[in-house]
Amino acid sequence: MQYKLTDIASVIRSKNSGPYELTFDVIFKDFETYERVKAAKIFNEKMFASLYHVSESDIIGVVHFDPAKAIKTTIVRPIPSGALGETDVYGAQQHAPLMNFTFEM
Amino acid sequence: MKELRILSPTAILGYGFPMESFVEGMKRKPHVIAVDAGSTDPGPYYLGAGKSFTDPNSVKRDLEIMIPAAIEAGIPLVIGTAGGSGARPHVNLTLNIVKDIAREKKLSFKLAVIQSEFDKEFVKENLRKGNITPLKPAPQITEADIDESVHIVAQMGEEPFIEALENGADVILAGRSYDPSVFSALAIKNGFNKGLAIHLGKILECAAIAALPGSGSDCMFGYLHENDFVLEPLSPLRKCTTLSVAAHTLYEKTNPYVLPGPGGAINLHESQFEQIDDNKVRVTGSRFVPTEEYFVKLEGVKRVGYRTISCAGVKDPIMISKIDSITESVRDRVKNNFETYGIKDFFLDFKVYGRNGVMGMFPDAPHSKSDELLIIIEAVAPTQEQADTICGFARSTMLHFGYEGRIATAGNLAFPFSPSDAKMGEVFEFNVYHLMKVKDPKTLFPIEYIKF
Repeated sequence: MQYKLTDIASVIRSKNSGPYELTFDVIFKDFETYERVKAAKIFNEKMFASLYHVSESDIIGVVHFDPAKAIKTTIVRPIPSGALGETDVYGAQQHAPLMNFTFEM
Repeated sequence: MKELRILSPTAILGYGFPMESFVEGMKRKPHVIAVDAGSTDPGPYYLGAGKSFTDPNSVKRDLEIMIPAAIEAGIPLVIGTAGGSGARPHVNLTLNIVKDIAREKKLSFKLAVIQSEFDKEFVKENLRKGNITPLKPAPQITEADIDESVHIVAQMGEEPFIEALENGADVILAGRSYDPSVFSALAIKNGFNKGLAIHLGKILECAAIAALPGSGSDCMFGYLHENDFVLEPLSPLRKCTTLSVAAHTLYEKTNPYVLPGPGGAINLHESQFEQIDDNKVRVTGSRFVPTEEYFVKLEGVKRVGYRTISCAGVKDPIMISKIDSITESVRDRVKNNFETYGIKDFFLDFKVYGRNGVMGMFPDAPHSKSDELLIIIEAVAPTQEQADTICGFARSTMLHFGYEGRIATAGNLAFPFSPSDAKMGEVFEFNVYHLMKVKDPKTLFPIEYIKF
């Protein structure tokens, strides 16, 4: 079955984790769907690298956090926060590709 | 002591809070009021320029309520990361506000001022000794990088706060602090479990952001016990739920299970979140795991130049279809025009909103398609005058640029403002984000006492 992330998640957000990393949180609406997404390993380095067109080696980690039915992905910030070329100092508007993310499960 | 109660009035000093929530907090007889005043989120400028990202009047409003309330209740008020970044100028900004309040309200109390800015020679000496390692993905630094830094601050743990509390400070005003330290110091001094105290501090530092609905400008209350802590929002509009608290544990962190700080990390693998009534959550199981040696985090920025920007809109569909080649041609023309004139060392950027303005840091990600663009022309150069020159020339070149297929020959840009260009002043970048191994975390952060 085809799923759209915005249909099954209640929170999709991005933010700096310090000036050199960007972190993306997806919090699911219910534990059952979260457990299924987790078991199917939908979120992984390869998926995230292709969604953001970055190298897999820039994905620092994909962590499943059960107490919050959440998946956190942290990546190397393409440039440090506020460096020349910056477009989002807080990193708070980098989540949009996740909102268009669809997958089979 | 079976219970230690902590009032967190607001997420950042100056972000404010409803008086009703604060009064509710004071009714619960807290043992300490604590507030975090800073963050690296607003970027490198504030640490470099010695300015605060919070407004002095808003900071004064918050302190005018907190200081008299703490003195009247006979409990300490602890403020961390004064002035937003915690270097000497930032601490002084807040110190002047505290002095004004003490004078205007005729208050008498003992103030402890803890500094966190490190001398560059001291940092270089530690670099030579091999005590400094980058916090990946930050790169390694050299002595030249340290020389280039404008201010270097270190995040203090709870130790200097405990010393100030032992010396009878009523109000503690500290430079750069590990956010949870201001909340956990009194608890750790009184022998409470460090893992629970720091985890509680980690949540309280954002005040009501961990509640539902979340807010950075409302109070949160913490009850710390031997084997657990309890969170309670103080506005009847908000509730703490197991989900809101657990979800907050994710916020702005790399890994929600292991949260590193000075001297060790809190480990949340065994943490349990339990709803104890409609609006309160109990947390158990968080542990503090010390590192073999003590590390503090350093933050530093360097000045890279001065910035001038110009904002302009584009509606012409032919121009929009050719925007990438137009910006490239303008860039070449600017470079060529000043090459022999002696302005070679500059950064020129075109942020094209409606295309990839927001996500420009991911150049290969799909671009948006819009029938209207906002272009921000940005020049950064060694002097403000040179930045003005480059930005102004790029703007006039773009305005009249004769791109292929052009039929609107009067002008390519819609300026919302006259003047069209704005000086943005100094530009800084982070250049130190490193761990430094230290022997004694207390002596690094000198404390000065002032009696009012």
